[in-house]
Amino acid sequence: MTIPALRVENLQVEYTVGKRQLRAVSGVSFEIGAGETLGLVGESGSGKSTTGLALLRLIDPAGGRIYLLDTDVTTLKRRDLRNLRKRMQIVFQDPYSSLNPSMTIGQLLEEPLIIHTDHPTSERRAQVASALQSVGLTPAHAARYPHEFSGGQRQRVAIARAMMVRPELVVLDEPVSALDVSTQSQILNLLRQIQKDSGTAFLFVAHDLAVIRLMSRNVAVMYLGEIVEQGPAARIYDQPAHPYTAALISAVPVPDPARAHMVGEIILRGDLPSPLDPPSGCRFRTRCPFAMPICTEQVPPPTNIAGGGVTACHLHQHGPRLDGQPLGDFLRLGVAP
Amino acid sequence: MSEAPLLEINNLTVQFPSVHGWLTVVDQVSLTVWRNEIVCVVGESGSGKSVTVQAAVGLSQAKGARVLNGSVRFQGQELVGMSIRQLNRIRGADIGFIFQEPMSSLNPAYTVGEQIAEVVRRHKGAGRDAAWKRAVEMLDRVGIASAATRVKDYPHQFSGGMRQRVMMAMALACEPKLLIADEPTTALDVTIQARMLELLVEFQRDSHMSVLFITHDLGVVAKIASRVVVMYGAQVVEQAPVVTLFRAPRHPYTAGLLEAMPQVALERGHDPVAIPGVVAQAHAWPRGCRFNPRCTLRQDGPCTTDAIPLTSYGDALSRCVLTGTLTAGLARAEAAP
Repeated sequence: MTIPALRVENLQVEYTVGKRQLRAVSGVSFEIGAGETLGLVGESGSGKSTTGLALLRLIDPAGGRIYLLDTDVTTLKRRDLRNLRKRMQIVFQDPYSSLNPSMTIGQLLEEPLIIHTDHPTSERRAQVASALQSVGLTPAHAARYPHEFSGGQRQRVAIARAMMVRPELVVLDEPVSALDVSTQSQILNLLRQIQKDSGTAFLFVAHDLAVIRLMSRNVAVMYLGEIVEQGPAARIYDQPAHPYTAALISAVPVPDPARAHMVGEIILRGDLPSPLDPPSGCRFRTRCPFAMPICTEQVPPPTNIAGGGVTACHLHQHGPRLDGQPLGDFLRLGVAP
Repeated sequence: MSEAPLLEINNLTVQFPSVHGWLTVVDQVSLTVWRNEIVCVVGESGSGKSVTVQAAVGLSQAKGARVLNGSVRFQGQELVGMSIRQLNRIRGADIGFIFQEPMSSLNPAYTVGEQIAEVVRRHKGAGRDAAWKRAVEMLDRVGIASAATRVKDYPHQFSGGMRQRVMMAMALACEPKLLIADEPTTALDVTIQARMLELLVEFQRDSHMSVLFITHDLGVVAKIASRVVVMYGAQVVEQAPVVTLFRAPRHPYTAGLLEAMPQVALERGHDPVAIPGVVAQAHAWPRGCRFNPRCTLRQDGPCTTDAIPLTSYGDALSRCVLTGTLTAGLARAEAAP
């Protein structure tokens, strides 16, 4: 067994809100293999972006461990973080606010090389030119400024910049959410190509499960700071074992009017509860159409799921006692627990 | 048809001032909304979909736009050239609005109840108590729990999804004949979007109002639309009943948009097919077909010389010289490599 590119154990992240501690990420664990993508999906407020920020120590975790290969990221001193940045990069949703408008594309791409390498100028310029080509732009674009580009092109620049220092892991935080449909796929295909060529591991953070499924080998579904289900992307998407995952999947509109209203569609009522005051027991119970009395009283234990992965839901031990089987028939037949 | 259309936009042309001079952002757009139907206008940013609808009801004029020509008839009344005073009598009463960002439409200094009640009093001439009762009733109908208490809350005390439902309550409080919804679910989580769309369709069915719904998401279109208008480069490029559009898109752009959707790629088991290139810009519309630089079916000459007329094919309209030679559904098959 080779060690994974990234291993996260029981990660906790807290924000201070007034005088109270808000636990945005509470006890999240996952691994990402080299050259693989883990999709992290959830609604706004689920803690998925915070998790991504904590991996790079852009927010300091309150607890848990993060290992990049065998480096313990959580104990790194401030001055060692610069070296970490060379190994781990991030691409944000809005490339307009993450690219300095007063720098040319060439300067933006060269900057990481100046900071992290001792390559001579000629070598750096050559790398910038080839990086532009690798994201479907031309070396001539180096002299231009971010505002001269469309959203999709700016995202290409942001990706090229993240890849300049050949990182082992890149956190992609909603990288296509702000883009038009026709350019979204361009960027998704580009990311897949880059990963194939570079062997870089990706943490792909997004709210769109279809995009996540397309991009990831494994998927972790977050709700209110916790992972409620994780496992192989195909199994999660085709055979969800947690009602929240099933709800997320059925909420993505199907581009076919004949099937737009499918049997087994779960429409969630209510909003995400405040993370300052999470529900007792199962955190999803206030919106879960299948909530039982036990869900208020006890935190659901992890259950291994047939077909791979783990979920935390009382339906597996109580009510219909799914016992590790995906929700499939239970949803279709609408059997009340 | 014996009945007159509710809204009839005819050859509407709208321009905005820019450093390049007056830019035509809506170019001879015609669009009809009948009673009791949901019409979706689909397009990417810069397609002119929002401006068309906003200019039609006199909303973009305040932002500096000018209506160069065309006519907009609502219940037989011409809206182009109407005074703001007269427009205000129709807007909010017979035409309701929901926009993408509810915070920009809700006044932070008044409770949501005061704001909904004000609309009812102004347009329906209702008394204080009746208007307040109506506000509570509407909040309840859009699924806001303990409406009688929440009605006294300020907009900032609601989550994004709830604010959007408050907007909906306000838009529907006067029982408009036409609801204009401009990307109302784009900023929402998919689970919240699903609930919102469900509500909208419910309201439409109960009240037989018409909805003009602007979106970039073909999944949403499949779910709610009766008819679809596809815009690209300030023009209508295709118009069809929803089933026809998804079964047999007649314009290569529509076909490309469908192919680019991650859900479609997943179902077919291939990479998403991106539309190459970038969205056409108003200061440099391509000659001939505005989509031609990005079209995989382009024929030099027919597609690149003269403007392409919108031509009718069965129950659909398409602005493509090749549509006649493509059998139904072929456009979609050939757009894939």
